[in-house]
Amino acid sequence: MNAILSVPAWRRGLGLLATVLTLFTAACERRPAGGGATTGTGDIVIGMYGSLTGDGASFGISSREGTEMAVEEVNAAGGLLGGRKFALLVEDDQSKPEEAASAVTKLITQDKAVAILGEVASRRSLAAAPIAQRYNVPMITPSSTNERVTEVGDYIFRVCFIDPFQGEVLAKFAFNDLKAKKAAVLKDIAQDYSVGLTDSITRSFTGLGGQVLDPVSYSSGDGDFRAVLTQIRTQRPDVIFVTGYYPEAAIIARQARELGMNMPLLGGDGWVGDALKNGREALNNTFISNHYSGDNSDPVVQNFVKGYRTKFGHEPDAIAALAYDAVKVLADAMTRAGGTDGPKVRDALATADVVGVTGRLKVNEKRNMDKPAVIQEVTFKDGEVKFVYKTTINP
Amino acid sequence: MQTFLQQIINGLSLGAIYALIALGYTMVYGVLRLINFAHGDVYMLGAFAGYFLANALQLDANPSVLWAILVTLGSMAICAGIGILIERLAYRPVRHHSRLSALITAIGVSLFLEYGGQVVFGATPRFFPQMIRSQTYILGGVQITNQNLLIILMAVAVMFGLHFIVHRTKVGKAMRATSYNLSAAKLMGINTDRVIAFTFALGSALAAAGGVMVALAIPRIEPLMGMMTGLKAFVAAVLGGIGNIPGAMLGGMLIGLMETGISATAYSTYRDAVAFGVLILILLFRPAGLLGSSRTEKV
Repeated sequence: MNAILSVPAWRRGLGLLATVLTLFTAACERRPAGGGATTGTGDIVIGMYGSLTGDGASFGISSREGTEMAVEEVNAAGGLLGGRKFALLVEDDQSKPEEAASAVTKLITQDKAVAILGEVASRRSLAAAPIAQRYNVPMITPSSTNERVTEVGDYIFRVCFIDPFQGEVLAKFAFNDLKAKKAAVLKDIAQDYSVGLTDSITRSFTGLGGQVLDPVSYSSGDGDFRAVLTQIRTQRPDVIFVTGYYPEAAIIARQARELGMNMPLLGGDGWVGDALKNGREALNNTFISNHYSGDNSDPVVQNFVKGYRTKFGHEPDAIAALAYDAVKVLADAMTRAGGTDGPKVRDALATADVVGVTGRLKVNEKRNMDKPAVIQEVTFKDGEVKFVYKTTINP
Repeated sequence: MQTFLQQIINGLSLGAIYALIALGYTMVYGVLRLINFAHGDVYMLGAFAGYFLANALQLDANPSVLWAILVTLGSMAICAGIGILIERLAYRPVRHHSRLSALITAIGVSLFLEYGGQVVFGATPRFFPQMIRSQTYILGGVQITNQNLLIILMAVAVMFGLHFIVHRTKVGKAMRATSYNLSAAKLMGINTDRVIAFTFALGSALAAAGGVMVALAIPRIEPLMGMMTGLKAFVAAVLGGIGNIPGAMLGGMLIGLMETGISATAYSTYRDAVAFGVLILILLFRPAGLLGSSRTEKV
């Protein structure tokens, strides 16, 4: 057998190996010129990680678009810190927490990013936040609403409201506006977001005097909810809270309607994703709490919507708006800090107070934001999902 | 009572999915004594073939039962081809080696299709077009959709069809002969290569039909969708007695009913554990399966 490995073949193998190594090294060194140093005059390298593929792809893509738009605006306006520009690096975490952790490690240690933006799903933010904290690199999550994310450490911030508030908003709306007395909850036990939101809805709804049935669990990726829905049906709830993300929410809505369950369904901001449209007509009579409404007449919102539409050819969702705001908050903090040094930027972030697309962005002592939430009605018409503004609820 | 009946219907619609796939496992095993682990992935390819065909025909905007049937047949034909190709390229070269080599090859093909699928189709789930609009019928207080009804009827029809092919046709006779003794069948003038290729084509076409039907009812498809469903269908085939056609049907329905039963309790998240718990129990106490008979082998 060894005879087959004659000298030319052996040499060819070596050549191939060399080529592969060259390509590999080249791939590793692909990063913007001048990037790296925490002080200096080159571009300011910032890293975004998100679910560009996988189950939560809609989240990652919206985030990237919002982030890119804000970065371009900051750079077009002359950059910051005396003309330095943002150089944005984007890493895909494939909707997996472990990939999120390694993406952030790579962004910080290899690419020398001085600030991190991401994630949407709380579970993935929770996986990556400890790394940013360890390297003293400020991280702003645009839309992770689980309380525990910013509790990871003093370098972790967010620009969205938190689930205890979101749960309260949903519970209030169901109890006061929909006149619901008995509620069922479906939670995704594989997602910290869903578990946290379920707890706060249960607490608030019971506090208002309503009754909450024992939560029923499923796991991300499940496709058959008929058994659990049938069980919920026997208890005749007035409303059902579906606290997971949009891929399952769409299928749950469909299967509930197929079982003749036509009561209102309510969800959190996790319902905002392209695949929700898969629920089709079943989405009628469903409501969500959200961060912002594109039909708000505020000129700040309208300018953003117009710019986004021109750039990407479609309407921005709340995830994109929050990602946009996160960049603006970061730019403001670096300007006030007068540099990109981790501790300085962190101190500046802690006192941030910026007017954003999603409202006033004022950081509180827990590195969260006290922001109002909107309730939107989900409608399905002509093959498209529309979120129609219903009401605003203040903290 | 009404809830109980509803859960039975839910269980049967879920079980019919497993049964459709289990039938393919059982057929290949019956003829070749090979557990074709790539079968679940052929099911995934069937769903994707249906997805591309239906989108090319723009069936999402213009649903039509006739076109849906044609899409299903198209997807079955594509997967039959893929099945033949897999057998020719992966399994035939190792057929005369030990059974373990064939098994490992099957796992390799499965991984190849799963991760190759991620490269080609991407990991992001896609949404299967609604070729047939879902409609709910109410029978005695029990709801069932036209899509679930279709899956159940199809699984039953396929079972009878397969039973007929295997026991009443010439090619079925050849399959049984090949299954009994490959070399003797060859000596009797049976083209065993062709019989085996036919078995793979048939099994893969069934998996494709299952893929399209399931995608209609649960319209989310992604390259790894065949992993868990395929494993559970395999358990269903073992439970019913692998190699036994009515056994695969029975096993599938039982697994579906058990999963639904568990989901209806507070332990809904242990659903996946049930199928594998059943596998362990059946291997411990009745390795031949419920309807299977262990055939003594000459040493």
